[in-house]
Amino acid sequence: MAIKKKFNPIRTPMPEQPADVRNKNFKEVALGYSREQAIEEANRCIQCKVPLCQKGCPVEIDIKSFVGHLAAGDVPSAYRVLKETNALPAVCGRVCPQETQCEGSCILGKKHEPVAIGRLERFVADTFDSDSACEMITGHTACSLPNDQVKVACIGSGPSSLTVAGYLAARGVPVTIYEALHEIGGVLVYGIPEFRLPKAVVAREVGALWAKGVTFMPNWVGGKTITIQDLIDDGFDAVFIGVGAGLPWFLNIPGENLVGVYSSNEYLTRINLGRAYDFPNYDTPAPRPRNVAVIGGGNVAMDAARTALRLGAENVYITYRRTQDEMPARLEELHHAIEEGVQLELLTSPIAINGDENSHVKSMTLQVMELGEPDASGRRRPVAVKGKTKELEVDMVILAVGTGANPVLLEATPGLNLSKSGYIDANPETGETSIPNVFAGGDIVGGSATVISAMGAGRKAAKTIAERLKVEL
Amino acid sequence: MSNKILQKKALIPGQTSLLVIDAPQIAKKAKPGNFVILRIHDKGERVPLTIADTDPEAGTITIVYLVVGKSSALLETLKEGEIILDVCGPLGKPTHIEKCGTVICVGGGTGIAAMHHIAKGHHKAGNHVVAIVGARSKDLLLFCDELGGFCPELLIATDDGSSGHKGFVTDVLRDRLEKDKDVTEVVAIGPVPMMEAVAKVTKPFGVRTVVSLNSIMVDGVGMCGACRCNVGGETRFACVDGPEFDGHKVDFNELRMRLAQYKNQENESMDLFRREHGN
Ligand SMILES: Cc1cc2nc3c(=O)[nH]c(=O)nc-3n(C[C@H](O)[C@H](O)[C@H](O)COP(=O)(O)OP(=O)(O)OC[C@H]3O[C@@H](n4cnc5c(N)ncnc54)[C@H](O)[C@@H]3O)c2cc1C
Ligand SMILES: Cc1cc2nc3c(=O)[nH]c(=O)nc-3n(C[C@H](O)[C@H](O)[C@H](O)COP(=O)(O)OP(=O)(O)OC[C@H]3O[C@@H](n4cnc5c(N)ncnc54)[C@H](O)[C@@H]3O)c2cc1C
Ligand code: SF4
Ligand code: FES
Repeated sequence: MAIKKKFNPIRTPMPEQPADVRNKNFKEVALGYSREQAIEEANRCIQCKVPLCQKGCPVEIDIKSFVGHLAAGDVPSAYRVLKETNALPAVCGRVCPQETQCEGSCILGKKHEPVAIGRLERFVADTFDSDSACEMITGHTACSLPNDQVKVACIGSGPSSLTVAGYLAARGVPVTIYEALHEIGGVLVYGIPEFRLPKAVVAREVGALWAKGVTFMPNWVGGKTITIQDLIDDGFDAVFIGVGAGLPWFLNIPGENLVGVYSSNEYLTRINLGRAYDFPNYDTPAPRPRNVAVIGGGNVAMDAARTALRLGAENVYITYRRTQDEMPARLEELHHAIEEGVQLELLTSPIAINGDENSHVKSMTLQVMELGEPDASGRRRPVAVKGKTKELEVDMVILAVGTGANPVLLEATPGLNLSKSGYIDANPETGETSIPNVFAGGDIVGGSATVISAMGAGRKAAKTIAERLKVEL
Repeated sequence: MSNKILQKKALIPGQTSLLVIDAPQIAKKAKPGNFVILRIHDKGERVPLTIADTDPEAGTITIVYLVVGKSSALLETLKEGEIILDVCGPLGKPTHIEKCGTVICVGGGTGIAAMHHIAKGHHKAGNHVVAIVGARSKDLLLFCDELGGFCPELLIATDDGSSGHKGFVTDVLRDRLEKDKDVTEVVAIGPVPMMEAVAKVTKPFGVRTVVSLNSIMVDGVGMCGACRCNVGGETRFACVDGPEFDGHKVDFNELRMRLAQYKNQENESMDLFRREHGN
C-alpha cells in the first residue's frame, strides 16, 4: 500500500472560535472546513482496498467512496453516498463519537492521525443543498409516488424516528410523527446545545423530511393524547416507538430537592428548548449561578458545564468519580470544555448537597475516591478513600448521572414486553416488539447511547416495515 | 385540533377568565384531574393549567386561569376566535374516582374550577359530594352555580363574610367532619397554604386526603424533574406520578420554596410586559 508522496501525518485542523470568545456565546464552536480544507483532508485518505472505517460506522456508510468523491471535488456524489445509509449526515458529522467509530478504525490512525471523517461528512452535508436529496436518492424528481394504501406512525421525533420517516418516505409511504414536545428533533433540539449542533441544522434535515411528505404532529403525547391501539384502530399499518430514554435519574443523596439543584435534562431543556439563554426576550427563566458543579463525565455533563460557563458562571466544576481517561464523553467535547475553562474534580463522588437558611444550595460534600479493581465494563472501579471528603462551594448543582425509560407510553400500552431495566424488548434483527407490527428503536430499547446507533435501529425497523408493506426498492 | 378559543368569559374581570378551547382529541381523552400545557407565543414558556371541564361531543376543553405573571397576562390578551399556539394533553394521572360514599371537595380561589371537574366525576360515580368553596369575598367565588347544580351540599366560606361562613374553608370542613364520621375522602385544590391547612384538619379524623400539587413544570411528561416533590420521604414527579398525592405525606415547605425559586426573573418578565403594554 503506497502512501502518497505529499502525505500529511496530521489532519487538517478544524477552524474554531477561540476558547475565550466562544465561552461567552452560543454560536457554534467548530466553524467547518472550507472547500479547500475539505478536499485537502479528503486527499489524506489512501483509499484502502479493504477499508476498515466502514465497519466502524454503525450504519456502514461507504466512507471510502464518499471521501473519494470529495477528494475529486464532487460534492453531489459524495452526498448521495452519505444519504444512502445516513438520513442525518449534517448531525452525525457533528456529534458522533468518531474516535471510537469510523476514525477509530481508520488505518492511518495506527501511526498518524486518522482521516477526519466526521468533519468531511459535515462539510459534504452542509454544502449540499438537502432539498435535492430526494432526487439524488431515488432518481425521481419527487420521491416515490405517494402510496395511499399504507401509512406508518412514529412516536417521538428523535433521530431514530426521523430515520424511519426518511427511509419510508423515500419509498412513498406516508409517515406521521407524533411528538410530545412543541419542537421536532428529540435530544437534538432539547438536549444538545446550539454551540455544538445549531438548531438550523436540525431544522434543515426536518424540513427535508417535510418536503418528502412526512407529517409532524407536535404536542401529541403517546399514551396520553393517543395510544398505540388508537393508531392501529386508525388504520396505521405499523407503528415505530422512538421515545428515547428521557427520565432523569437522581442520586438519592440529601439535599437533592434544594433550590439550585437541577437534572441536566431540566437545565438543558430550559436553555435549548426554552431558549432561556435569551431571557427575558424568551419567557422561560434559567438560573444565573456563580459557582456550578456538574456531576457526571459524559457528553451531557460537558454540555451542561459549557452552557453554564456561557451563561456567565465564574467557576464550573465537573465532578467525576473516576479519572479523565474513563470519561465516556466524546474526546473533542472534553478538550473543548477544558479549553473553555471547565475545571475537573476527578475521583470524587457527591454524598450531600448542603443548603442555606432559604433552602438554596450553598455547597456540596464530595467523597474522595481512588481506582480499584476493574469492573464488568473493564474500567477500574472507583472506591471510596475512607474518611476523606471535601467541600465544594457552589450555588448550583447539575446532575448528569444518566437517564432511564420514561413510563408514560409504556404504562399505557398493554402487551408491550419490557426488559428488566424497563426498556422495550425488541427483536434485534427487525426491531419488532411483542406487539405485531409495532417496532421500537433508539434509546428506549438499549438505554441512552448515541445518535448514530438510534439511527441504525431506525433504519433496521424501517427496512422490515418496507419489506412487510412491499414497498422496498 | 385547532386550539381555537371558542368562548371567553371573564369570571373576575382582569383577574380570572374561563376559556373554552377547541381540542377534540384532548376532550376525548381527558378525565378529571388531568391538565394541559399551553404555549401562547413562539417565545413563550410552557404553562400548565388544569382541565376544568370537557365536552367530548363538542370537542372542547375548559380552562380557568388566574393572572399572576407574564404568561397568564399574555393569555388574558387573547380574544375569542384567536388560536392558542400549543395545547398539549391530557397530562398527569387522572383523579382516582370510585363509588365510595361521601366525598368532600374543597376548592379555594382558582382551584375551585379544577375541583369542579373532580367533584363532577365523583358525582357521576354515584358519590355524595359535599363541595366547600372559599375566597376572600363573594365576588371572587367561582363555579358556585355549576357546583350547586349537582352537589347535594354546597358550603361557602369567605374571609369577609360576604357569603356563607366568615372565615376559612377549614373551619367549615372541621365542622362538617365532626358532624359526620362517614366521610371517606377529602379532595383539596387551591393555594398551597389552603391545601396544607386542609391536610392538617383532616389528619386527626383519619380521612384520606388528596391534594393537587401545582409545582413548577417544564415538559410536563416526566423528562426533567423540575416538578419533583417530596411525598412520604420519596421524590415523586408531580406531572406524571401526580399531580394528586396523599396530603398527609406531602412536604409543603419544600413545595413552597421550590415554587418561589424564579421570583426575581418572574418579576423582571412581568415588569417588561407591563412596560411594553403600557400599564
Ligand atoms: C445533552 C445530550 C448530549 C448528547 N450528545 C451526544 C453526542 O454528542 N453524540 C451522540 O452520538 N449522542 C449524544 N447524545 C445521545 C443521543 O442524543 C441519543 O442517544 C439519541 O438522541 C437517541 O435518539 P432517539 O431517537 O432514541 O430519541 P430522542 O432523541 O431521545 O428523542 C425522543 C423523542 O421522543 C419524545 N417523546 C418521549 N416520550 C414521548 C411520548 N410518550 N409521546 C410522544 N413523544 C415522546 C421526546 O420528547 C423526544 O423528542 C446526547 C444526549 C444528550 C441528552
Ligand atoms: C398541574 C398544574 C395545574 C395548574 N392549574 C392551574 C389552573 O387551572 N389555573 C391557574 O390559574 N393556574 C394553574 N396552575 C398554575 C399556573 O401554571 C401558573 O400560575 C402559571 O404558570 C404562572 O405563569 P405566569 O408567567 O403567569 O406567572 P409567573 O410570574 O411566571 O409565576 C407566578 C407563580 O406561578 C408559578 N409558576 C411559574 N411558572 C410555572 C410553571 N411553569 N409551572 C407551574 N407553576 C409555575 C410559580 O409559583 C410562580 O411564582 C397550575 C399549575 C400546575 C403545575
Ligand atoms: S455516521 Fe458517524 S460513524 Fe459513520 S462515518 Fe459518519 S461520523 Fe463516522
Ligand atoms: S415537568 Fe418535567 S418531569 Fe415533571
